[in-house]
Amino acid sequence: MSPTETASTAESAERPAGAPAPAGRRRVRTAARRVDAGSSRRPPLILLVPACVAALFALLPLGYLAVRALERGPGYAWDVVADERTLQLLGRSLGLTVVVVTACLILGISLAWLTVRTALPGARAWAVLATLPLAVPSYVAAFAWLAAAPETAGFTGAALALTLVSFPYVHLPVAAALRGIDPAQEEAARSLGHGPLRTFARVTLPQLRPAAAGGALLVALYVLSDFGAVSLMRYDTFTRAIHTSYRASFDRTPAAALSVVLVVLTVALVAGEARTRGRAGHARTGGGTARPAIPVPLGRWRIPALAWCTAVVAAAVAFPLGTLGYWLAVGTSATWDLGGLTEAASATLGVAAAGAALTTLLALPVGVIAARHRGRGARLLEQAAYAGHALPGITVALSLVFFAVRYAYPLYQQLPLLVCAYAVLFLPVAVAATRAAVLQAPPVLEDVARSLGRSPLRVLREVTVPLAAPGVAAGAALTFVVCMKELPATLLLRPTGMDTLATRLWTETGAGSFAAAAPYAAALILLAAVPSYLLGRSRT
Amino acid sequence: MRRPSARRITALLTAGLLLPALAACGSDKGGSADGGDSALVIYSGRNEKLVKPILDKLEKAVGSKVEVRYGDSAELAAQILEEGDRTKAGLFFSQDAGALGALSKEGMLAKLPQSSLDEVDPAYRGNAGDWVGLSGRVRVIAYNPDKVAEEKVPDSVHDVVKPEWKGKVGFAPTNASFQTFVTGMRVLEGDDATREWLKGLKANGTTYANNLATLDAVEAGEVELGLVNHYYWYERVAEKGADKVNAKLHFLPGKDPGALINVAGVGILKDSGQTETAQKAVDYLLSKEAQTYFADTTKEYPLAAGVTSSVEGLPAFDSLQSPDIDLGKLESLQETLAMLQEVGLV
Repeated sequence: MSPTETASTAESAERPAGAPAPAGRRRVRTAARRVDAGSSRRPPLILLVPACVAALFALLPLGYLAVRALERGPGYAWDVVADERTLQLLGRSLGLTVVVVTACLILGISLAWLTVRTALPGARAWAVLATLPLAVPSYVAAFAWLAAAPETAGFTGAALALTLVSFPYVHLPVAAALRGIDPAQEEAARSLGHGPLRTFARVTLPQLRPAAAGGALLVALYVLSDFGAVSLMRYDTFTRAIHTSYRASFDRTPAAALSVVLVVLTVALVAGEARTRGRAGHARTGGGTARPAIPVPLGRWRIPALAWCTAVVAAAVAFPLGTLGYWLAVGTSATWDLGGLTEAASATLGVAAAGAALTTLLALPVGVIAARHRGRGARLLEQAAYAGHALPGITVALSLVFFAVRYAYPLYQQLPLLVCAYAVLFLPVAVAATRAAVLQAPPVLEDVARSLGRSPLRVLREVTVPLAAPGVAAGAALTFVVCMKELPATLLLRPTGMDTLATRLWTETGAGSFAAAAPYAAALILLAAVPSYLLGRSRT
Repeated sequence: MRRPSARRITALLTAGLLLPALAACGSDKGGSADGGDSALVIYSGRNEKLVKPILDKLEKAVGSKVEVRYGDSAELAAQILEEGDRTKAGLFFSQDAGALGALSKEGMLAKLPQSSLDEVDPAYRGNAGDWVGLSGRVRVIAYNPDKVAEEKVPDSVHDVVKPEWKGKVGFAPTNASFQTFVTGMRVLEGDDATREWLKGLKANGTTYANNLATLDAVEAGEVELGLVNHYYWYERVAEKGADKVNAKLHFLPGKDPGALINVAGVGILKDSGQTETAQKAVDYLLSKEAQTYFADTTKEYPLAAGVTSSVEGLPAFDSLQSPDIDLGKLESLQETLAMLQEVGLV
């Protein structure tokens, strides 16, 4: 078997080396046929119905946008969109997206490989540290860079700040995927004469593709929807134009029309990501259990590898934390309002937990269908879940104001609505994690369960979910962290008088009291460290 | 290898969903906004740190429960527009005139009684008599006396674009007050003159994230001049002591566009069913006690009740030589932003 064949067999879900008994081989082929058969099979109702509910939920903002964009007739909306400036904004937004996504892929994959697969000293600690940047609000990162290096304002600064807060979107799923890959395939490639780099490029990387592409998509949508970093860095993007429209003219129609362009862009990106997936399966189907990979000794690369990790963590975590320390040291507004801090922290934990729970529940059926079914319907469901994810938080929040005031007035400005807003905003984060996790679970086991007469619900409960549980839990933890730092929707939809750490941070920095803001930002990062730590620890 | 089991995940998810629901039951203090018609809900675009003390006092003064939602003025205005006639807001407290003007234009504000309106100079209230300014802030030039002598500080913003100030001017182009001032300049001197001025400012100046950062840069001597609002400096002085603050302020004479006055104000939402309480709240905010608060604590200019600021060193309000501009006409912020974009400042 040539090395090329090794790589391609890896893609077709077959176990190349340490070949199992002939019977095992037959089973693998059956599984491959079943996957194909699965593409025409309709998802069971038990999945389809909740998945449709989740998708409809995620489509709410689009309904609102349609109402607002067409409020003054399609002609007016078209004039807004057909403006030459729209094209300019499109170019600027996409340029930023491409650069940030590329940088995140480099950072995320390199750190994941180093922490999961090599004998990097302190790998476990690095894995946790590499997750922490998620807890840094983009505007805190941007503010830190702006204060330290004002000349970064503009494209450079925006790209820098956004990369450093969003690369964990790539790092986390890729690290999870790396842990799930059977090292036997890589060993086979090595034994057939591939060097470590070629093995990584031809065997490991293709198997990481779904995880990396899913993460890259989330980064892309995050960049498109971000307002905090681009506004501080004064880099004009779609989101900034949308905000300007609300702020300068108090006119919601141009904002909605521009938002529709963002939605179209999102659908294109999601479709593009789906194409990169190809027809590959990524589950290990051989007999026995994969043993953990033997860490690659780094040898003389140890110091450069450590330097790389240190540089990334320093820039993404230590630097913003250091800035907080600096605020505390030089500011005079520092007040240790411990009561307020505790109250905000517990409120934050409560809403973020509820948000993560609801989001994960809604994402589960969508993620399973996206992983197991290939029809147009399955694709549409997944795209629907993503459609609104590039919209700025303020637009999603206003759409929920619109619907709640009309159809759910008793819920308006109550906790449940805020939790729903988190689900609408972050559904794709959990869907991506769920889909990647289910993909790594061999479908043949579900077939076996079905052939033994298990109902679809029992298959889901007893086979699919337990196998995908680590990935689903990782998705829930990720959602938890992003809910914690959400600001625009929280400001508009929170119950009157409730404060989260993010809203307190906003209040204090808005009044210029950076020293008083620092404890809230620090608490946000420290609390987010808990799920990050669990994520890093649970599977090493 | 410890894998979280499906059961454990289900348990965690359920707990996650139930926890806040229980918390909500526990913290429900009853008598929410829609329960009693006497409760007043204020949407405040002004920062909690600045206005909470006076809104706490307001609650006592109006004699009914007051709930305050803080947010960004423009976003709250958008929220109120989205809520329409089912708005929860009884009173909208805005950082600037623009957001109040937007609600007024949509006919969402109730006309205020003449007695309330008369408290404030017509220049600082809505044309339709449905919002009123409470406090004012004036644009000034901050300078660093170590770098530039007092008599050399320009008397007009037109001077700061001259070659001798190249690289010596700081300003915050994304700041709302700066943008309102540019809009004022467009109204006073026309678009072409303003565009040329902005190009000159871009060539001469350094941009900062906000007024405070600009003032800090002047303080540190990074730039010699800074275009800011007056009250930041007085807050700084109150916080650190006059001898610890190096920068000084120059108030522009001769009705220069650079001496524009911005106001924060309030309007009553006519469909909220809270108009009676809201009216009491407006009257309290125009009262001597509240106006003195704005003068002493936020270091702004009080606009009503004959209160004059007692802040040391602050020029008297009627000594300010601000340009004559109808604040209600400063609606064309969109064009200002387009111009700032064209020049490459935002």
